[in-house]
Amino acid sequence: MNPRRKKRMVTLLAVVFGLGSAVALVLYALQGNINLFYTPTELIQGKGPEKQKPLVGQKLRIGGMVVPGSVKRDPDSLHVEFKLMDTGPTVKVIYKGILPDLFREGQGIVAQGNLIAPNIIEAFEVLAKHDEEYMPPEVAEAVKGIKHQKPVYNNVKGDS
Amino acid sequence: MWKWLHPYAKAQTAYRLCNILLPYFAMIAVLSLIVGWVWGLGFAPADYQQKDSYRIIFIHVPSAILSMGAYSSMAIAAFIALVWQLKNAELAVIAIAPVGAAVTLIALITGAAWGKPMWGAWWVWDARLTTELILLFLYLGVISLYNAFEDKGSAGRASCILALVGSINLPIIHFSVEWWNTLHQGATITKFDGSAIDPSMFWPLMVNILAFSAFVGTVVLIRLKNEILLCEKHRPWVRDLVKSQTQNVTSEIGDNNAV
Repeated sequence: MNPRRKKRMVTLLAVVFGLGSAVALVLYALQGNINLFYTPTELIQGKGPEKQKPLVGQKLRIGGMVVPGSVKRDPDSLHVEFKLMDTGPTVKVIYKGILPDLFREGQGIVAQGNLIAPNIIEAFEVLAKHDEEYMPPEVAEAVKGIKHQKPVYNNVKGDS
Repeated sequence: MWKWLHPYAKAQTAYRLCNILLPYFAMIAVLSLIVGWVWGLGFAPADYQQKDSYRIIFIHVPSAILSMGAYSSMAIAAFIALVWQLKNAELAVIAIAPVGAAVTLIALITGAAWGKPMWGAWWVWDARLTTELILLFLYLGVISLYNAFEDKGSAGRASCILALVGSINLPIIHFSVEWWNTLHQGATITKFDGSAIDPSMFWPLMVNILAFSAFVGTVVLIRLKNEILLCEKHRPWVRDLVKSQTQNVTSEIGDNNAV
C-alpha cells in the first residue's frame, strides 16, 4: 500500500477509535440514567454501589414480575393493584387505566409512576415486557408447562 | 491477491457487473418475499404468549437487521472511498443511504405497531429504540450532507466521513439490550445457547431475512447504476449506451406506428 493511503487509513482508524472510546465513556457515565428501571430489590435496598434509595415523591420506573395471586381489580372502575418482585422483597403498584395485552400474573412488566411510600408506587403507565422466546402454544406447554389463559382477578374490595 | 478487483474501479466495468447481478438479486427477492410472507403470515403457528400479533416479526426483524446490515456495508464503502479514493465506492455510499433509511423507518414503524398492543406503548425512550432512531438520523445526515454541497467531490468526502463515524452506533444498537435494562427483549436468533425461536417460526423468518437482503440489494444495484451514469454522463461509453437504448426505443415506437 502506498504511504499516502496508509497515512489516510491510519488517520481514519484513529478518528473512529477515538470517537468510539469517547462515546463509550459517555455511555459509561450515563449508565445509571439509560437503564429503563429500578428493580423492586433496588427500590427497597438501594441501587448501585452507594445503595442509593429513591426519595418518596420521586418519579421513577420499576420493572419486575407480577406476583401470582396479587392482582386485585376494582369491579366498578379501572383501578387495579398488584405486587411486583424480582428476587427479594415485593413492591405494591397502584394503577388506574387499561393494562396491556400481555399483562398477566408472572409476567415481567415495567411501570412508570410516583413513589408515594417507600414500597408503594402510583403508576401512570404500565408496560409489559416479554422475553425473546417464540414458540407455538403446544410447544410452550410441553417445554415450559405453561398454559396461557386469561387470569382470574380478585376484587380490591370484598373478600378475596 | 486483490488484483482481480482492480478492473471494477473503472465505472464502466462496475456498471456491467451491476447489470449482471441485478436479475439474480431481483429474482431471489421476488420469490423469497412471496414464500416468506405467505409462510410467515399465513402458515407459521401462533405464538403461545402473543398469539397472532407476533407475526409482525416477519417484517420487523428482517428490516431491523437490514437497517444495520445496509449501514455496515455503507460504512465499509465509505472507508474504501476515503482510503483508496475510489469514486465507485463513494457512489455506493450514496446509493445505499436512502435504501437504508427506508428499511430503518420500516423497522421503527413496525416496532411501534408491535409495541402498542404488546407493551402498551407506541414509543418508549428505551436504549434499543433510541439508538435505532439515531441510526435513522445518521442515514438522513449522510443523504442531506451529500446534497448540501455544490461540489460533489467534497460532498462525497463529507458524507463518507459521517457514514464511517456513525458506524460506532452499530455495536451500541446490537448490545443495547444486554448492557442496559431495556423494555425491548434480548436477541432471539443470535442467542448463545441456541436460538430461542421454534423451528416452525425460525425458517420462515430466515426466508424473510433473505428476501429483505435480496430486495435491498436489488434497489441498491439499480440506484448504483443510476449514480454511475449520472457521474459519467459526459463519457463516450455512456453516450453510446444512451444512443443504443434510444435507438431501440425509437425503432419500437416506429413499429407501433406502422401497425
